[in-house]
Amino acid sequence: MQTIDLADSDLRTLNATLQAAATGGGNQTAWEVLNPRGAHALAVGLDGPIEVTVRGSTGYYCAGMNKEATVHVTGSAGPGVAENMMSGTVVIEGDASQYAGATGRGGLLVIKGNASSRCGISMKGIDIVVHGNVGHMSAFMAQAGTLVVLGDAGEALGDSLYEARLFVRGSVKSLGTDCVEKEMRPEHLALLADLLERAGAPAAPEEFRRYGSARKLYTFDIDNVQEY
Amino acid sequence: MSDTPRARTLPIQSATFTNEINAEIRRAAETGIYDIRGGGAKRRVPHFDDLLFLGASISRYPLEGYRETCATNVTLGTRFAKKPIELDIPITIAGMSFGALSGPAKEALGRGATMAGTSTTTGDGGMTEEERGHSKLLVYQYLPSRYGMNPDDLRRADAIEIVVGQGAKPGGGGMLLGQKISDRVAEMRTLPKGIDQRSACRHPDWTGPDDLEIKILELREITGWEKPIYVKIGGTRPYFDTALSVKSGADVVVIDGMQGGTAATQDVFIEHVGLPTLACIRPAVQALQDLGMHRKVQLVVSGGIRTGADVAKALALGADAVSIGTAALVAIGDNDPKWEAEYQKLGTTAGAYDDWHEGLDPAGITTQDPVLAARLDPVEAGRKLRNYLKVMTLEAQTIARACGHNHLHNLEPEDLCALTMEAAAMARVPLAGTDWWPGKPGGGL
Ligand SMILES: Cc1cc2nc3c(=O)[nH]c(=O)nc-3n(C[C@H](O)[C@H](O)[C@H](O)COP(=O)(O)O)c2cc1C
Repeated sequence: MQTIDLADSDLRTLNATLQAAATGGGNQTAWEVLNPRGAHALAVGLDGPIEVTVRGSTGYYCAGMNKEATVHVTGSAGPGVAENMMSGTVVIEGDASQYAGATGRGGLLVIKGNASSRCGISMKGIDIVVHGNVGHMSAFMAQAGTLVVLGDAGEALGDSLYEARLFVRGSVKSLGTDCVEKEMRPEHLALLADLLERAGAPAAPEEFRRYGSARKLYTFDIDNVQEY
Repeated sequence: MSDTPRARTLPIQSATFTNEINAEIRRAAETGIYDIRGGGAKRRVPHFDDLLFLGASISRYPLEGYRETCATNVTLGTRFAKKPIELDIPITIAGMSFGALSGPAKEALGRGATMAGTSTTTGDGGMTEEERGHSKLLVYQYLPSRYGMNPDDLRRADAIEIVVGQGAKPGGGGMLLGQKISDRVAEMRTLPKGIDQRSACRHPDWTGPDDLEIKILELREITGWEKPIYVKIGGTRPYFDTALSVKSGADVVVIDGMQGGTAATQDVFIEHVGLPTLACIRPAVQALQDLGMHRKVQLVVSGGIRTGADVAKALALGADAVSIGTAALVAIGDNDPKWEAEYQKLGTTAGAYDDWHEGLDPAGITTQDPVLAARLDPVEAGRKLRNYLKVMTLEAQTIARACGHNHLHNLEPEDLCALTMEAAAMARVPLAGTDWWPGKPGGGL
């Protein structure tokens, strides 16, 4: 394992080193980052199958736009963790701030603590599993992918969503516009079982409820105007 | 009873309730939806036409038309980017989405811009092979919707433009009606085919200048600090927005005035929100000067640029370059009278056609219908765009030489006067024949 200590290295060196290791295809595939101390944009733009462990907590956009890499944060993550992730895995041991997994297009984001508001906003294919609760407006305008919440969801879950699938085990404070509870079919249970296992989440698929788009806002209709 | 006709008043049309207004009221009453259209503000607002160049005289001497050089090149992104963009001409092609425009239209823009030595820009909906392949310099827009956004395209772009707003709809999101969501457009945007697609008006993962600074840091870290980062704003509070963009770390600020085109937005938004382009430039330049950043952070101005005179005026007021959308579409064939019969069938006429969102464009530009799109030959259209860009550049050079300048960037406010009080106040240049403009510090003489 290679170690980069941010106490005596700067952000540019860190990212350049990790990015080169990810695309370079060399043998140094395991990295450890010490003393992150809430720095922003850590381990961003990785494009290859390396494993990075950040020991501590991170600021904004940790693992942003990740492809193929596995990024593990032992502390908590600031806003926009794994934003626009394409593939790979990002695991946060602690809590995540706003917009976790925003616009993500693929890969798996696991948050072992709670996620704040707008978790999975505009998600486009990413899978997000939150062991705790998610804040208000989560999965706002979510287009594709799956959001799994083991705890409770805040207000306006799934507002204006498109085709993303939402599963919540606990309570939902309120559903957003055009978001409705849907029937849980066998294929959803299978999908959940797989995601829960990959996310190391201690829950059974049968304990969840499924939510999705009522698809009423897909074409403008004056008789729905109060919903817009 | 006499049969002498009684004197009567003539029917009087209201200046307030015009035929157009009344027709709109009836349309709204019938359909229950606001009018959505493409293009920019159609009403008259103070514009570059309200300014004149003074030309050289005894106190200033001109340069010889075809003998003495007048340079036109501009470098964008000199502040932080390791690889700034070098343009031969200070006119770029503005971001217009694939989805709004057809694939061949995007290709034509790339071809024309490349031949003229300038850049083109992606748009909401992501980067297509047509435009990457045919654009030597391609600016990649980073928009609130993030449709099609991915790090590979980010890395193969030549610059990145963070879109905060557009002049046609500052504070508004986007709209692409179901008719234009073809399989390809749907796939690029990760949306079901045929639905009305709404684009968000705010970025999903940042709000405000402090966040923007961190977002710019992230984009730079992902692209190795190579690419210039532009911030595009709609003209609303140009002084503060420019200052905040600079503070956030932008290399280039793009300001788009209310005449700026859009693919589709509510007419009420286009006509009633935002500042005229003319009113945006001086405050933006002032902000750059106050921060000691004029010419270090470059300013690109757009919204209603049509001629070399417009280019020269924008530059004289302090812009480093301009950007064009609508004019580029017209150059490649939009609203061409040769399609008049078809415009009539759509209930409109050449020059007024603006239902770009419906995807029925007779000229084959703002459509995803393969039959209509095939009407545009991208090679021929690209050549026309190149010609037009060259003509605008020659026109701007003509004016600059007449004012005695050997580079377009040496044009200055002192070369200008205004025809109206409004234009004088907005451009902060004297009313023609006077040495005064409204708001001039210290008043007149
Ligand atoms: C058809 C069309 C599509 C546009 N799409 C976008 C877009 O995707 N993103 C954006 O920032 N601006 C978009 N714009 C605005 C242009 O980038 C630019 O600001 C404007 O066209 C400049 O004004 P002009 O049309 O008067 O030259 C679009 C404009 C047009 C005409």
